[in-house]
Amino acid sequence: MPSFVRTDKCDGCKGQDKTACMYICPHNLMKLDMDGSETGHAMKSFNQEPEQCWECYSCIKICPQQAIEARPYADIVPLGGSVQPLRGTDSIMWTIKFRNGTMKRFKFPIRTTPEGSIDPYGGKAEADMANIGKPGFFNHNEQNGYREGNPAELICK
Amino acid sequence: MAEFGNPDVIEEEVDILLIGGGMACCGTAYEIGPWLEAAKKEGVDISVKLVDKAALDRSGAVAQGLSAINTYIGPEQDPADYARMVSNDLMGITRDDLAYDLGRHVDESVHLFEEWGLPIWKTDENGERYDGSKGMASLKDGGKPVRSGKWQIMINGESYKWIVAEAAKKALGMDNIQERVFIVKLVNDKNDPNRIAGAVGFSVREHKLYVYKAKAILLAAGGCVNLFRPRSVGEGQGRAWYPVWNAGSTYTMAAEAGAELTLMENRFVPTRFKDGYGPVGAWFLLFKSQATNAFGETYMTRNKDMLDDYPPYGQAAVPASCLRNHLMLKEMREGRGPIWMDTVTALANLRETLSPREVKHLEAEAWEDFLDMCVGQCGIWAGENIEPEKKNSELMPTEPYLLGSHSGCCGIWVSGPEDVGAPTDESADGVPEHLPKGWHWGYRGMTTVAGLFTAGDGVGASGHKFSSGSHAEGRMCAKSMIKYVMDNKDRAPELDTSVDELIEEIYRPVRTFLEHKDYTTAIDVNPHYITPRMLQFRLQKAMDEYVAGIATYYTTNEHMLAVAEQKLQDLKEDALKMRAKDLHELLRAWENYHRILTAEAHMKHIQFREESRYPGFYYRADKNFVDEENWKCFVNSIYDKETKTFKCFKRAHVDLVDKSKLFK
Repeated sequence: MPSFVRTDKCDGCKGQDKTACMYICPHNLMKLDMDGSETGHAMKSFNQEPEQCWECYSCIKICPQQAIEARPYADIVPLGGSVQPLRGTDSIMWTIKFRNGTMKRFKFPIRTTPEGSIDPYGGKAEADMANIGKPGFFNHNEQNGYREGNPAELICK
Repeated sequence: MAEFGNPDVIEEEVDILLIGGGMACCGTAYEIGPWLEAAKKEGVDISVKLVDKAALDRSGAVAQGLSAINTYIGPEQDPADYARMVSNDLMGITRDDLAYDLGRHVDESVHLFEEWGLPIWKTDENGERYDGSKGMASLKDGGKPVRSGKWQIMINGESYKWIVAEAAKKALGMDNIQERVFIVKLVNDKNDPNRIAGAVGFSVREHKLYVYKAKAILLAAGGCVNLFRPRSVGEGQGRAWYPVWNAGSTYTMAAEAGAELTLMENRFVPTRFKDGYGPVGAWFLLFKSQATNAFGETYMTRNKDMLDDYPPYGQAAVPASCLRNHLMLKEMREGRGPIWMDTVTALANLRETLSPREVKHLEAEAWEDFLDMCVGQCGIWAGENIEPEKKNSELMPTEPYLLGSHSGCCGIWVSGPEDVGAPTDESADGVPEHLPKGWHWGYRGMTTVAGLFTAGDGVGASGHKFSSGSHAEGRMCAKSMIKYVMDNKDRAPELDTSVDELIEEIYRPVRTFLEHKDYTTAIDVNPHYITPRMLQFRLQKAMDEYVAGIATYYTTNEHMLAVAEQKLQDLKEDALKMRAKDLHELLRAWENYHRILTAEAHMKHIQFREESRYPGFYYRADKNFVDEENWKCFVNSIYDKETKTFKCFKRAHVDLVDKSKLFK
């Protein structure tokens, strides 16, 4: 289900500081064709190696123009279906279109805090160098998730 | 001005280098901050750099998202219970010290994820399920997760990696993160061949080669995918089960640096929804679905007796994963396929006790399970008009994968915790003299090469750590690398190879291309070079046909392995003739080189272990039994980069927790 870029929607992220899909693809597949020499479409991006696409949808989710979609892989899946997301800041909407025309829509939460709001060490204890060789993380008492375990279970100790 | 064929060379020295950007390295990036501060107070300034071949927000195995966190111990279970489960699932041979240590630490990371904003499903006092956005009590404060299994909890995890990466980026600072640079080779120390001194790589976007010197390096670049011919060979090839960008870089770079590998014979062959690799865990465990043969017979019941062939591993309440495959493969081999996931009956059964509102929620849950982590499966359902309440789906065992964090345990031999009773000596003969004897040598997560650490898929003999455990393991390495650097603060790393030689080596595919490209009129057909793509096909064909891939129903023998050995040898030689016509292909060239050496390790370990330890994952037809007397041991190896050969040897296995409790 490789991603593909629609010529009528992609603007090459020319108003942005980077090409979003090219920035995000984990497998280095999305590429901006600056002068059109590779695709015939200048200043639009394309998937340069569709048979290597993991279909992770990262490019589709990040595209500010919703210019990227995925076509189920031609070597396996009958034509006509599609799965398209619209990712917001706290939820994602999915529209699924079946080959026979059936439509399904789902909305799921993706995050309970505002994007960019994480304060990694806010209110957390400092690390104590005296504990560096001991089990537990720098903040383990605060986080309430360290599982001490019953010492009797360790039969060689 | 740098251009293709004439790159800039950037040399940089840091104290700690993190290679990879997945859950493990994000864990390290987070945990290391307060320890850097603590070190500063003692007058030691430690610099850290994270180098990722992709972008941190969507790199690693969790890039797409996940629908569950598979390792959450919870207050009601003991880390020893977890270590027992890991051991049995991997046929008895795992490092209890590593699994136990992970078990006691892992929930710390899960609680952080929730604090950062990851929605975690909850149940109320009546057992009704809610998604993670409903503001119910957090796990840390006693909230009840939705267990889809004894160890798994359900999440709304589309943005799981995005959230974890945000914390990592803020903790480490973007100035200390280098994206889109692919590290391809480690460099040992000039004054100590068993110590790490640096790493080299290149930008996949700019004409820049990077040479890093470092005192300590965390190598956590995932497992290995596409070393076997996958079931989908056309456009679907990239839609592997595990991420296609996991290219064995962790195992190969560690092996070449001299690190001891362990259980590289182990592999994972997940049974998944056919063609899209959709997850089955929630279907089996949460929706209580059954898998059947073509005649509606449940193979786990029909073939139950076969579990008794492998005592005790088949006799636990949950038999080892490979044995569940073993029972299914019997149906396929004997012509009773296809194998079906009976989603229709499962959902009908659940509907009987649910309100209409809950039924609607259930349908959404079933789709979310795929949409969060495996959208491609929904594409197949849409294209084939499959609604799971109306039509069953096929299951299929996949091509083999090598990994150490999921239900597999190949990887690197690392130093474990010192307080759980692990051996301090080695009773097996044949372990090379220079290697450590016991299971810990000072720094948790350090390989047998001084200063080289690993986590996540890199750590062998432990398995079942998944996303949360990989993060926790990365955090453990943060502490031990700080300790290592403090202990070695006056030692300056010196590369054992000149920068000129290093850049010549890593840039070779480009030079080869530029030198020969005008010899023919067809850019891909040229006797002077091989494209990375064709090299990958050769590797996949050899592994599939001779090293127990899907072509032979996962079966091999010593004669087939001997053929494979020759083919891999030729392939390794020809890898030096790979071409790279651009930076993107240079990335592919090095990924495929990493795949080849990882594949060789896999083959050599299968050859050395004269039994079939993982029936259902692979069979040695000439040794088709589990031999507890002679082979209940680790098979480990080291690679000699001068002779370019692996040497395998045994290490003794010891139980640190009582496994008999599994069978009571």
